[in-house]
Amino acid sequence: MGVEGIGAKVLRKEDRRFITGRGRYVDDMSVPGMKYGAFVRSPHAHAKITGVDVSAAKDMPGVIAVLDGKQLQGDGIGNLICGWAVNSKDGTPMKMGAYPALASETVRYVGQPVAIVVAETQAKAREAAEAVMVDYEELPVVTKAVDALKEGAPQLHPEAPGNLIFDWELGDKTATDEAFSKAAHVTKLHIHNNRLIPNPMEPRAALGHYDPAEDHYTCWTTSQNPHVARLVMSAFYNVAPEHKLRVIAPDVGGGFGSKIYIYPEEIVCLWASKRAGVPVKWTSDRTEAFLTDAHGRDHETEVELALDADNKILGLKVDTIANIGAYMSLFSSSVPTYLYATLLSGQYDIPAIHANVRAVYTNTAPVDAYRGAGRPEATYVVERTMETAARELGISPAEFRRKNFIRSFPHQTPVIMNYDAGDFEACLNAGMEAADVAGFEGRRQEAQSRGKLRGLGMSCYIEACGIAPSKAVGSLGAGVGLWESAEVRVNPVGTIEILTGSHSHGQGHETTFAQLVAERFGLPVDNVQIVHGDTDKVQFGMGTYGSRSGAVGMSAIHKALDKVEAKAKKIAAHVLEADEGDIVIENGEVKVAGTDKKLGWHEVCLGAYTAHNLPDGMEPGLKEGAFYDPTNFTFPAGCYICEVEVDPDTGVTEIIQFVAADDFGRVINPMIVEGQVHGGLAQGIGQAILEGTHYDETGQLTTASYMDYAMPRAWDLPMFKVSTTETICPGNPLGMKGCGEAGAIGSPPAVINAITDAIGNNDLTMPATPEKVWKALNAVQ
Amino acid sequence: MTDITMTVNGREVSGSVEDRTLLVQYLRENLGLTGTHVGCDTSQCGACVVHVDGKAVKACTMLAAQASGSSVTTIEGLAQGADLHPVQAAFREHHGLQCGFCTPGMIMTAVDIIARHGSSLDEHTVREELDGNICRCTGYHNIVKAILSAAGASQPQTMAAE
Repeated sequence: MGVEGIGAKVLRKEDRRFITGRGRYVDDMSVPGMKYGAFVRSPHAHAKITGVDVSAAKDMPGVIAVLDGKQLQGDGIGNLICGWAVNSKDGTPMKMGAYPALASETVRYVGQPVAIVVAETQAKAREAAEAVMVDYEELPVVTKAVDALKEGAPQLHPEAPGNLIFDWELGDKTATDEAFSKAAHVTKLHIHNNRLIPNPMEPRAALGHYDPAEDHYTCWTTSQNPHVARLVMSAFYNVAPEHKLRVIAPDVGGGFGSKIYIYPEEIVCLWASKRAGVPVKWTSDRTEAFLTDAHGRDHETEVELALDADNKILGLKVDTIANIGAYMSLFSSSVPTYLYATLLSGQYDIPAIHANVRAVYTNTAPVDAYRGAGRPEATYVVERTMETAARELGISPAEFRRKNFIRSFPHQTPVIMNYDAGDFEACLNAGMEAADVAGFEGRRQEAQSRGKLRGLGMSCYIEACGIAPSKAVGSLGAGVGLWESAEVRVNPVGTIEILTGSHSHGQGHETTFAQLVAERFGLPVDNVQIVHGDTDKVQFGMGTYGSRSGAVGMSAIHKALDKVEAKAKKIAAHVLEADEGDIVIENGEVKVAGTDKKLGWHEVCLGAYTAHNLPDGMEPGLKEGAFYDPTNFTFPAGCYICEVEVDPDTGVTEIIQFVAADDFGRVINPMIVEGQVHGGLAQGIGQAILEGTHYDETGQLTTASYMDYAMPRAWDLPMFKVSTTETICPGNPLGMKGCGEAGAIGSPPAVINAITDAIGNNDLTMPATPEKVWKALNAVQ
Repeated sequence: MTDITMTVNGREVSGSVEDRTLLVQYLRENLGLTGTHVGCDTSQCGACVVHVDGKAVKACTMLAAQASGSSVTTIEGLAQGADLHPVQAAFREHHGLQCGFCTPGMIMTAVDIIARHGSSLDEHTVREELDGNICRCTGYHNIVKAILSAAGASQPQTMAAE
């Protein structure tokens, strides 16, 4: 490793603009003639639209246009799609209801857009939106998935009788039933995985600009994957053909999954910019974000674990009901299925697993991938169940896990996944040492002497990143490939631009991606520019989610660098009259090994462009591209240990210590990896003790502001103890696994296992608020 | 409409604004100082913190007209030329930012916290005083470290092993 190569703590190149206030987010953008959009949204969770009267709004000062769903449909703008087809276990396709960008007949959740007002200022647009008179005929409402499945429940979509989208299964039911018939002990648990609202700090925004001179559209949008946005808006929503649509995702202020999807608002802003004849910018306020950003989680699960007399796992049965919300968001079908049930084997050698998942419509905001997407739900099921079983049997939770660890790789689980590498025991040992588990009883007694209840909980998670070979996901119903692309452009002076289809919205790609060049050629990272987030600059890409930018995105860069290196060596060998195999590139020099013959990197680059002295037949220039398709998922894993102190008088939980021991494979920049873990832990701890989403019986979201939804604050969290062990991922050239989501995946069960240990009652749901903890504690006293 | 005059980042500015114009809107839309961000509508998130006459203020809780006659410093006015302010430098050194959206407000708040506490700052106080600033990316760990470092205060004990 050089000072800036793989494994080096390189400070971030992108920081300077952010710490000086020069970041450029969508709401910071302004184009000549730009006006402002405001959406008319449904105040009801379920209602028929019987009339839309825009006359009063149209006459208000500064109003340019008021456009509704009928006009949108009339212009041929298509309904929103779900990009992953999941079949029920009887072979029937999922039952998807129509999802228009502007509702014209029925509204199905509070906040659903009905019309847009375009006006001179944001304030005028919002005032006029209030004046649009929509007549509604209210319909009965259901917000909980379990209730939506009941006989006589309100029906959301005619396409989905009983509100059931699919009834899907994975694994071998017969083998699992047989395993349970031999069980010496069965642990049963009901698991509630609470609905979360992602809340990146930058609210969503879109600026649509139609240029009649070129018949061309530009959309600035808060997207994690601008090329996918362009493809979908073009191929399915008929906004414009791809070559007439440029999508730009500039600096984006966090995503956590919620900015993967193509929402109604960006489609409508683009369409409205042509209709109204002006560029239209819409910026979500925080309440709109709570109401309409895709939510996460919201599962109800019954789980059973079968053990033999020696406490070895025989089988696992899982029955889950997943709340999808009022419409199927872009990847909503894959989250409770292929990203969830496939991880139910955890870190354990389980011979038989069967999972059944029912996906259900309700009158709530659409639910889709949120940091972890299915894997946190699976980990919570597995790790709460493991801890519970150990307590029922009166054995050490750590030793129980150790006894059942998978120890040889590759390991084929009964639920599709083939784990390629790992060392679960190394993570467990590292975690237990960092957490001083041996000293815990002493600390518990000390706390008791102060009238406080200490608890210790652990979680040994495994997850799957990168999201898999395109052919494999295609066979499972995905509508897209999951490769990544890269282009390396070497300039005649030797500086380098890397164009990537990945998108950074906080992950530090401008630094880590440049470190690959530092490693390869010994050039300073300041000589490298990373270009991303613009469909006019980068040819194509699948974007950033599923912790894929390292394992997949950087692998594409690695492949392109291979080609650049090979050509540079050919040029140098020709000029230096040496054998190509003897050329080495290091510290910015291109040398003949074992001699003093060398060229500067910039000399080789200039030579490629002057083309005065190239090998016969070689094309001038030094620019190479690559597409990389992963060969497997990658499998980050780790051990998280949480220590809490509960105040029995108030039920308040304090996180005393949180240890994360992760195996992410090869780490490019440890500072950035640790930062990713910290952020994930905060979101997971937030889920466990703070963040509760509540719809009342009429479908009103009562947690739609920071006054009502408990975001983790600095005060709620401890300093984290983070470390990594390393098993190299054999599936990609860099040996990387991915680190973006692990913190949010592994932490919730560790926290709840710790609190339930402290209070001596296992019956506790997330978020474990002081009220719930106090009630659970007093129920056992 | 109201006529206002104020000093922003050392430069005198004046204009005529609608009475309801918030300070943050005036800074972003009239002056083009887009480093001050809007992250919520209930004055909870702190992305819009600026200094008004030397004190940290959420620019979404103040009308532009109320700030007339004041001296306002935004994130754009914190560094002296090419030299970063020590708090800006500490946020970079300690990786106290990821997506960067909460960062301007965090830094402006941090400068105010340090001005009031100096090197006597401790982790407890920093966390307590960051109550009005929300970050979704960092888990606050590195923000706390950056602020303590910029204050010249000692780091939390659990950090000793790092």
